[in-house]
Amino acid sequence: MLSQDAIQKIDREIAKYPAEQKQSAVMAALAIAQMEKGWLSTETIEAVAGHLGMAPVAVYEVASFYNMYDLAPVGKVKITVCTNLPCALSGGVHAADYLKQKLGIGFNETTPDGRFTLKEGECMGACGDAPVLLVNNVRMCSFMQPEQIDRLLGECQ
Amino acid sequence: MAKIEIDGKQVEIENGRTVIEAAHLAGIYIPHFCYHKKLSIAANCRMCLVQVEKAPKPLPACATPVTDGMKVFTASEQAVKAQKGVMEFLLINHPLDCPVCDKGGECELQDLAVGYGSSASRYQEEKRMVVPKEVGPLISTKEMSRCINCTRCVRFGQEIGGIMELGQAFRGEHAEIMSFVSNSVDSELSGNMIDLCPVGALTSKPFRFTARAWELSHRRSVSPHDSLGSNLTVQVKNNRVMRVLPAENEEINECWLSDKDRFSYEGLNSGERLTKPMIKQNGAWQEVEWQAALEYAAKGLRQIADGAGAEHIGALATPHSTLEELYLLQKLVRSVGSDNVDFRLRQSDFSADGKQAGAPWLGMPIAEINTRDRILLVGSFLRKDHPLLAHRARDAVKKGAQASIVHSADDDLLMNVANKAIVAPDAMANVLAQILKALAAEKQAVVEASVQSAEVGSAAAAIAKSLASGERVAVLLGNFAQQHPQAAQLQVLGQQIAALCGGKFGFLGEAANSVGGHLAKALPRANGMNAAAMLAAPRKAYILLNVEAELDTHNPQQALVAMKAADLVVALSAYKHQATDYADVLLPIAPFSETSGTFVNTEGRVQSFKGAIKPLGEARPGWKVLRVLGNLLNETGFEYDTSEAVRDEALSGVDVAAQLNNAVQGVALETAGAGSGSLQRVSDVPIYSADAIVRRAASLQNTRDAEAPCALMHGAELSRLGVHAGEQVKVSQGEGSAILVAAADDRLPQGVVRVAAGHAATAGLGAMFGAVTVEPITGGRA
Repeated sequence: MLSQDAIQKIDREIAKYPAEQKQSAVMAALAIAQMEKGWLSTETIEAVAGHLGMAPVAVYEVASFYNMYDLAPVGKVKITVCTNLPCALSGGVHAADYLKQKLGIGFNETTPDGRFTLKEGECMGACGDAPVLLVNNVRMCSFMQPEQIDRLLGECQ
Repeated sequence: MAKIEIDGKQVEIENGRTVIEAAHLAGIYIPHFCYHKKLSIAANCRMCLVQVEKAPKPLPACATPVTDGMKVFTASEQAVKAQKGVMEFLLINHPLDCPVCDKGGECELQDLAVGYGSSASRYQEEKRMVVPKEVGPLISTKEMSRCINCTRCVRFGQEIGGIMELGQAFRGEHAEIMSFVSNSVDSELSGNMIDLCPVGALTSKPFRFTARAWELSHRRSVSPHDSLGSNLTVQVKNNRVMRVLPAENEEINECWLSDKDRFSYEGLNSGERLTKPMIKQNGAWQEVEWQAALEYAAKGLRQIADGAGAEHIGALATPHSTLEELYLLQKLVRSVGSDNVDFRLRQSDFSADGKQAGAPWLGMPIAEINTRDRILLVGSFLRKDHPLLAHRARDAVKKGAQASIVHSADDDLLMNVANKAIVAPDAMANVLAQILKALAAEKQAVVEASVQSAEVGSAAAAIAKSLASGERVAVLLGNFAQQHPQAAQLQVLGQQIAALCGGKFGFLGEAANSVGGHLAKALPRANGMNAAAMLAAPRKAYILLNVEAELDTHNPQQALVAMKAADLVVALSAYKHQATDYADVLLPIAPFSETSGTFVNTEGRVQSFKGAIKPLGEARPGWKVLRVLGNLLNETGFEYDTSEAVRDEALSGVDVAAQLNNAVQGVALETAGAGSGSLQRVSDVPIYSADAIVRRAASLQNTRDAEAPCALMHGAELSRLGVHAGEQVKVSQGEGSAILVAAADDRLPQGVVRVAAGHAATAGLGAMFGAVTVEPITGGRA
């Protein structure tokens, strides 16, 4: 299911915790699995659960709780816009609307060319930089006015 | 100890306990939903907010530990305001349509909303909707929109059931309880989640919308299934059992119930119930009056006793029969001069008979299982045979006990098993001898020569090492060990192992009245025949009490031959079953819900119960039928007015505690290893095939545990036979055979095939143990 390489990386994470608390590595393991597979299918979740000795539904709880985990296939570039209160007050909703209009898609949708997916995110802990968005779970972009958004989309084309 | 004050009342309680526990001690009720005394603390419903002196905000009573001098106010203005606020939030997404909810009338949310909710909702917006998911035939999640996310069901799975099948996925207002990709909930304890649900989100599928809580009258009873003797509340409407819930008894079932105990009531209302006495005349069954049927049976028995001799009469009963029935059955048989009576229908080794010091029992109180630090299970499908004893063992393991198992199958026990010796049935005695030898070496004790000759393997050595280091050891023999052809050997070895570590030795009794049968003396004395002998050497007449010959016996093939050859078979049964093929008289008797009676559970606890409802149709309590049969046979001593009189006679002068004794003397050990070379059968009695009632419980029969039996083999065994998993095979044993689907289970030892007993699909086969042949069906391949 998972490649040897991914298993090795997961084992490295597991090693950071006491042997009887393997499940502490679940978030890292899911991230590694998602990195390899692109998204977390039922089978991938089962594979992670099996490797960590957890109930599949317990892994699913984690995978469905955090929105950096994708339970369905996403485009090459996943843009997650924060719409929580501080961002919303400082233009987060406008940023999201601008993205929707530019990409021609709504939240949780992917452009027909499979390039962009738009997601609504929860607070990223950078309210002072609002509006913020996250690209592919790792790249944080601050002060995203239309101009900056255009530049970002340009880069990602 | 901490001294605290709750609403002006002084309470003293150990440090580390919580405010809600202290309040409970003081008899003060604090409203709550997510808190449950048997589950871990979640503190997510917030309903139990109370005011604590010097705390700036209300605190959740379930998660606030007591401290000395603490002053708590559960009904102060601040507390009530907080509780009312929480209630308003809980009701925001909860549908306000109690009249159409199955839980209405017994709902914790509904009850508390009366006290803390307001008369109208301020919330005008759209409510949350949850799409119901399918989780199997027992639990309905149709009303999942009613869920208040207390997570009691999730915690039950993790902490009590041992398997997390429900989880809370997504978050915030999208959070919902679900199983993983619509898997069914298969735990044998799943029904408890319905009880735990404080709202109507999880409901009982068989019960839904069949009655209202306030229409039901509650009757106490005792479970007739496994040997735990769970206490029941049988709920009745219009003389019909509508559902069964647990009656709390901390020493037995705590507040839980296995699904078998909970849902088997459907079998009581089965269409297969026998409601009129019947006689077979010229090959055709006729319904007759009780008098005619009883006279026919009495006359037949009298003729055989006077003609061929009383020793040609045999009586067989299931260990699910009541003490009173078993007592009267043996009294009846003995009064006509026969000693052939037995209830140990699935036992095959009777070599300990007469050498046994008393009735085999658990060897300790049930609650002591939780306190053991070493448990050795010998031959037990623990989870399926004793679901709640398995929970207690799991609890012990969670607290640090080491469990070891010697068995012929390696089913998941949902707990950490430290050491396993999974071997073919004929090697089990040898493994125990190895453990005994290794243990004796550790303890510097002397063992007899036959044990000394065993060669200690690594698994046995590890088990011995684990046992030797224990302080509170228990060696427990399960159903499989009791049905084993070397049961007496296993008993002697188990006993010696327990003795060497100063531990307890016991039997996980097979059925509700396995101990009661011994107390009722429903087994042969010196010159009588035991169950196996009565079937091996067919008798002219049989009296069957609750017995389905092809399902309840060790060797169904032999049993059917014996039944068909008999001149007279009198079947006392609650159901119209296969006996129509071989019986001559069918007498409808009442199941446990319709008769008074007594079960003695595996710890020797005598539990009497009254009938919950009147017998169906013309069925009558078994003890009455046997009493009248005794009268008709002109025997004296059958003048009983009540079942209590029968019980008192059966137990008069009997010190039950003194009767319980697992010691056996004078059984010579023969512990030579395996070596038959042929394929051996390993049989389990599937959880929902174990007795007549549960076999007819429709919803339980739709669960995964009730799926048709397969021929399970190790993968290597399959390839040796040239069979692929999923193909049909012919399993033959003695004269008979069965066509089953082959399946792979690499946890089984090689050289065995696991084929369930007690099931119609395998009733054509022979003994539960012994040689079998498996052949591929050519042409049957896909």
